[in-house]
Amino acid sequence: MAYWNPKIETMPIADLKALQLKNLRALVGRLYDNSPFYRHRMEQKGVVPDDIRTLEDTVKLPFMYKKDLRDYYPDKLFVASKREIVRYHASSGTTGKPTIVGYTRNDIETWSESLARALTSIGLGSDDVVQVANTYGLFTGGLGFHYAAEKIGAAVVPASTGNTERQIQLIQDLGVTALAATPSYMMYVGEVAQKMGVSIKTDTKLRVGLLGAEPWSDWMRDRIHDWLGVKGINCYGASELAGPLFSECEDQQGIHFWGDLTMLEILHPETQEPVGPGEKGEMVITMLTKEAFPLIRYRIGDISIMHEEKCSCGRTHPRISRITGRVDDMLIIRGINVFPSQVEYSLLTNPELGNEFQIVIDRKGALDDMLVKVELKPEAFTDNINQLNALRERVEGKLKNLLNVGVEIELVEPGSLPRFEGKAKRVVDRRMY
Amino acid sequence: MSTWNPKMEFMPKEELDKLQLKLLKALVHRLYDYSPFYRERMDMGKVHPDQIRSIDDAAKLPFMQKKDLRELEPNQLFMASNRELVRYHASSGTTGRPTIVGYTQKDVDTWTESVARGIASAGVSADDILQVAYTYGLFTGGLGLHYGAERLGCTVVPASTGNSERQLDIIKRLGVTVIACTPSYLMHLGEVSKKIGLDIKNDTNLRIGILGAEPWSEGMRKRMEDGLGVKAINIYGTSELSGPLWCECIEQRGMHVWCDQTLLEVMDPDTGEILGPGEKGELVVTMLLKEAVPIIRYRTGDIATVDWEECGCGRLHPRLGRITGRVDDMLIVRGINVFPSQVEYVLMSNPELGNEFQIVLEREGALDEILVRVELKPEAFQDNVAMLESLKTRIHERLKSALMISADVELVEPGTLPRFESKAKRVVDKRKI
Amino acid sequence: MNSDLEKYRIKQLSIFSENRPGRLMDLARDMKEAKVNILGFTIAEGSGYGVVRMLVDKPEKAYEKLSAQGHVVKFTDVLAVKMEDKPGGLYDLTVLLKEAGINIEYAYGYRNSPAAVLILKVEDFDKAIDIILGSGRTLYDISHFR
Repeated sequence: MAYWNPKIETMPIADLKALQLKNLRALVGRLYDNSPFYRHRMEQKGVVPDDIRTLEDTVKLPFMYKKDLRDYYPDKLFVASKREIVRYHASSGTTGKPTIVGYTRNDIETWSESLARALTSIGLGSDDVVQVANTYGLFTGGLGFHYAAEKIGAAVVPASTGNTERQIQLIQDLGVTALAATPSYMMYVGEVAQKMGVSIKTDTKLRVGLLGAEPWSDWMRDRIHDWLGVKGINCYGASELAGPLFSECEDQQGIHFWGDLTMLEILHPETQEPVGPGEKGEMVITMLTKEAFPLIRYRIGDISIMHEEKCSCGRTHPRISRITGRVDDMLIIRGINVFPSQVEYSLLTNPELGNEFQIVIDRKGALDDMLVKVELKPEAFTDNINQLNALRERVEGKLKNLLNVGVEIELVEPGSLPRFEGKAKRVVDRRMY
Repeated sequence: MSTWNPKMEFMPKEELDKLQLKLLKALVHRLYDYSPFYRERMDMGKVHPDQIRSIDDAAKLPFMQKKDLRELEPNQLFMASNRELVRYHASSGTTGRPTIVGYTQKDVDTWTESVARGIASAGVSADDILQVAYTYGLFTGGLGLHYGAERLGCTVVPASTGNSERQLDIIKRLGVTVIACTPSYLMHLGEVSKKIGLDIKNDTNLRIGILGAEPWSEGMRKRMEDGLGVKAINIYGTSELSGPLWCECIEQRGMHVWCDQTLLEVMDPDTGEILGPGEKGELVVTMLLKEAVPIIRYRTGDIATVDWEECGCGRLHPRLGRITGRVDDMLIVRGINVFPSQVEYVLMSNPELGNEFQIVLEREGALDEILVRVELKPEAFQDNVAMLESLKTRIHERLKSALMISADVELVEPGTLPRFESKAKRVVDKRKI
Repeated sequence: MNSDLEKYRIKQLSIFSENRPGRLMDLARDMKEAKVNILGFTIAEGSGYGVVRMLVDKPEKAYEKLSAQGHVVKFTDVLAVKMEDKPGGLYDLTVLLKEAGINIEYAYGYRNSPAAVLILKVEDFDKAIDIILGSGRTLYDISHFR
């Protein structure tokens, strides 16, 4: 068993908790002194840094929500001066604008350190060739895995998304041993390879899949293993936290959350009180060492179960099981977070369209397909098929730019979509995985 | 004076010449000892490493060209073991398959050093916020500028390509001061900004553009500087050489090519004669420090002039002028290299299409438009508009996959495209740069 | 297939035509020169091209002429349903076809007093012929189009 940072990764649980508390107290003190936004929140709850004396005192601290990142960005939230920021990334906003996140040099270092530990825990190292099929750019998936794979000395193939036949050619030609992608893309690679007459299992050196960004089942994991000969490792992260950060170890007993870098709580969905290990609830995450864009008790919206016993791999850091759901209406399409409110926002910028729309999500092959049905306004109808096509393409283009995922638009007759008296149920999700 | 590595950049001529010769000799010896492919070439040309005693003796060495990189197997070409390779990138192939280039850690460092020096000499510093709007991924543009700017200490915004309104939104929101993108893309951003009511000159902090990957003129430079208030700096490089490498300094009179990394020659493409300063010819490049993929007297196919006089900035490294043309039929569309043979390869793999096709290039606004007109085979015609439409879509997608750009496709009646007796002239280039 | 029902399959000409000025004029001139009379006509638009669909009195002659002129032309079988020249005719027919599960790929019509004609392209010809004739309606056969 190889450890990237053996001292930290196998630290006795009591020592780890002490370290966690130390980091938490330092974080709270720093925020209280330097962030008017967070100080104000603490004052509203009547709490000062000295009130945090044990890990249990965490419950006294106020929460943070995605809304805060949008409303308070940029100046009230950052606690580093602009000059210290060395990188910006973006994550899906809930309406028209993406949320921007910033990083100091230490933040970048912490991010790659976290993921480097994760990659090492799966057995990856300098002999490996890692193909990164996550999006490179403002989204954190591509550059996240890129920097971490580079850190552990592996060779990096920065494939980014798409062009699957070429990806498969590269996997063969370059002896790629690990692929970072979404689980559905991994399945898709298998399908396309089969059409090309290539067996991933016997014709390539691919053995590990670093798979995350969307929910996937044990059935899919088994299929990826049996059909493709690939060990599908569950990875977790989010741009707000930094990017992809954590993964299962070789023993696949849940995703290790590094206790020196993060504090994880699971809340009861109704009472909002922390529940014990083994109980399902809403994840609340505190990033203990983040500098530019600190997150304390951030309600990320994912639902899971935490386990605190030492893992069979020897690591003492807590683990979470698969994400089992969301507390909000956020959708995940091909690994990208999509909010129905974003779709609504974009459609409304088109004067030719009516107010009613429906999102239909399906997965006929390996990949998600998102179809948005939207009513055409009667005045906008024209006997010119080319014009209607151009309208459809225009609407699709705008939506695609906002969501960063391919989506098909269907113009439907006014009055043909369901109307709702209470809360609109605009999403029809036919996927089964 | 903005500089990254003053010792190297302002080294006196005598020292530079000595260093360059030392590196050239070391390179030739290494290739002779460890590259069977190049040794064979040297033996055939009856050249031995000991015969290289002055820089001019480089003219005795055999050339390399794109064909060599494509035809050799990785294990014949790469001079580093798999374990030492830390990165792979791809460059346009001339048919269906792209050429793969590999890098050792030192290769990546040398490349990054060159970019850092280049942009620093253009006036970029650690205080700048640099948005990289070149494609991230297997293409070297995005990651090349990203690492170079990061090394210099800039704040990096990894925007990659596309989504112009969002790019402008980020430029405004984050106070971006430098943008790295193709010149036509900067012009395009100028047009989009007018449409959305943003004045780049007065409402943003944008002051420098690091512009390359396609040819552009002094006329374009003037329009960008006057219209957008952005100092337009030329940058050059190709994947085979590493990626983007050489940049104009603030004097804007040619791109400095670092002698401690590169030996530059200008050759008459027809006679093979080495030309003097200021004479226009094919650029022949020797990368003195490259480890994984040897590049020695590499015929780039680009036509330019080189000026060896001391620059107004005080640097003695020679200056490469604007690329004025190609020796072959390679096209550059939106910064991407496209060979007509690639288009032919894709079209011919569709049984419904005839043998004749035409590529039409235009630039109506700022961006290149490429149209591929291809004849439908009579037997393939079906009275089914949906089927014809889906054939078009299929061709569009295959072209996009192979060329990495989006080309419009027009199905034309058989017999309508020009036929040629001798060499086909399939490209109609209506662009005026 | 019942050879007796063959006569209801009308040969329509389908021509691939780029959407550029003069193309339609070229087709019309070819028909004139071949002394072919156009009985029914429509154009389906695609993106940048169209499919011209024609019913003529001498289909083989037209086909020969068009091919010789370098056009891309095919024959497509269609049905010609006699319709009453009064309101409600189309509704009744479409109800019939829908209930029988017959999918119409495309259609066009013209009035030919005292009747009207609806040209239909369907997937399953035999079934359509059966249903339409079975409902007591009339299908024009090829002799009607000479």
